[in-house]
Amino acid sequence: MQRTSDQASDIKRWGAGALVFAALAVVGGMSNAYVISLLTIVLLFTFMGQSWNLMLGIGGQLSIGHALFVGIGAYAVAILNIKYGVTPWIGLLLGAVIAGFVGAVLAWLSFRFEVRGIYFALLTIAAAEFARIMFGGWDYVGGMQGLFYQAPSSAIDLGMLRGDARFYYFVALALAAIGVAGTELISRSYWGYVWRAMRDDDEAARALGVRTFRHKVLVVSISAATAAIGGGVLGLVQGAIFPDSIMGMAISVDVLIGPVVGGLGTAFGPLVGSMAAIPLHHAMGALGDALGLPGLNSVAYGAVLILVVWFLPDGIWPSIVRLYGAIQLPARGPIPQLRKVEE
Amino acid sequence: MLSLWLNVIAGGVLIGLVYGLVALGLTIIFGVMRVVNFAHGEMVVFGIYIGYWTVRIWDVPIVLAAAIAAVVMFVFGYLLETLVVKRFVNRPHHYQFIVFIGLSLLFSGVLLMSFGPDPRPTASQLSFQTVSVGPLTLDWARIQAAATAGLLIAALGAYLKYSAFGRSLRGAANNRLGGLVVGLNIPRVYAVTFGIGTACAGVAGALISPLFDAQPYLAVDFTLLAFVTVIVGGLGSFGGALLGGLTIGVAEAIAALMFTPSMKTALPYALLIIILIFRPRGFFGAKDI
Repeated sequence: MQRTSDQASDIKRWGAGALVFAALAVVGGMSNAYVISLLTIVLLFTFMGQSWNLMLGIGGQLSIGHALFVGIGAYAVAILNIKYGVTPWIGLLLGAVIAGFVGAVLAWLSFRFEVRGIYFALLTIAAAEFARIMFGGWDYVGGMQGLFYQAPSSAIDLGMLRGDARFYYFVALALAAIGVAGTELISRSYWGYVWRAMRDDDEAARALGVRTFRHKVLVVSISAATAAIGGGVLGLVQGAIFPDSIMGMAISVDVLIGPVVGGLGTAFGPLVGSMAAIPLHHAMGALGDALGLPGLNSVAYGAVLILVVWFLPDGIWPSIVRLYGAIQLPARGPIPQLRKVEE
Repeated sequence: MLSLWLNVIAGGVLIGLVYGLVALGLTIIFGVMRVVNFAHGEMVVFGIYIGYWTVRIWDVPIVLAAAIAAVVMFVFGYLLETLVVKRFVNRPHHYQFIVFIGLSLLFSGVLLMSFGPDPRPTASQLSFQTVSVGPLTLDWARIQAAATAGLLIAALGAYLKYSAFGRSLRGAANNRLGGLVVGLNIPRVYAVTFGIGTACAGVAGALISPLFDAQPYLAVDFTLLAFVTVIVGGLGSFGGALLGGLTIGVAEAIAALMFTPSMKTALPYALLIIILIFRPRGFFGAKDI
């Protein structure tokens, strides 16, 4: 009985997910250029937010320097493509491998002496800043002048991942869908259970025979590799990359805003959070420009961040789910979706 | 050549004392409240602007400017803790990170709106005076800043060690629950601690105002510098913050002499990574964070 209801809710969950992405695809077919380019960024940060979410929401390791991995991915694609004409597909793969390796080294460095929590978080941000300054002074990668892609032609070339804004919208949509589905699959896999056990109680997990050190390195490495893929595409979409814009602290913040605002450890949270936060940031920037007040953008964004964490401590998505549950509860008993939030 | 090196190292030690004061503010707040203040750099920049107004416009001595910054920033920190930070003290680190990033954006936005993005030079008479001691030729501004910072660090250390409030602060840092049990007024301790922490940053800002142009964008650099300093020294350690500040100050000065200017900014991070390989908790890091 339980099993059939689980299966039914599974079908409903996947169905609902498919519906959301189908709707987003329709939006992509109809909207104007501005909306498309904004939503492309939102979807890319959804994907990178999922990768960050995997690390903290499931693996229990806080990174506040994800810009490091995003930047590595972006530079791998850009260097190979701009300097040697290699297809971005290889760049994405190579960037993911390098970022995964860098993530593993960082994790190895700190977890081998049981350094965790806020120390690890500060190490990630220090590594990101170190890389940003190094890339800024490194002529081979363009230094502070950055690297520029050739202007995209309107012809869509899947082999070289080049196309117009709408093409990149669908690339980003596909990535976001993979991110949502991947988070869901990983969180139900053997690794997902091991990582959550390790997140909730490291020593208990170890007592049960989990090699937590290896699993911590693994989760950081996988998160880093996926963030690099997002970064590679982000660089292609932006058409140019600079150390300050692709490895700066702003990127680290934007990556984690989605999951935190949307709902940590949930599959849909990063999408909802990015959808809310990034357009807000852009709108406030436009308003500040219109009024001639350069700081208005950050004042409003900062205030909203504080207010969301203040009043919606679990994020937006769990609040929506709870509301939905409250409406449905009397008729049907406990809603299976609630379980997801508790995880 | 030797005198050049001595000069550079002495300059690094002097600025390192001020870095130590900045890091001390961060480390006191962390040690007691287990909160990492990501808006710490904004507090330094507030201090620089206070220095800009008092020294440049009203022409008061730098020591008095530091005292004004201490009072203003203490009140500011106290209020900030009671109104906002207090609600997030027991929340997970990533929520605190978001709140402090929010505060940092808010403050730098307010600075940008009030003073505009252009750097304001605080250069006064003081910025160009030098003092010669044997082979050393040192900035008078740096000497004043370092001496004030050093005295303040010593005074703060003595205060935390011997005063009744210092004891309750250390008690709260060691064991929050135990402090509550024996009747410590923890909310007040937290608010005063946060006030002291921001005051340290503000004073450091006012002290270095003759050396740095007042500019809203400096805040991120100071926040990151303070992070690196406290990790090098050991998060939550009083002596660690001081030693970390001196290490970073000297290392920066040597890097600026030996390598390109961009290496000067990168070196603290490289140093941090090297230290983490050999001493992952910094010089005096606590066993469990």
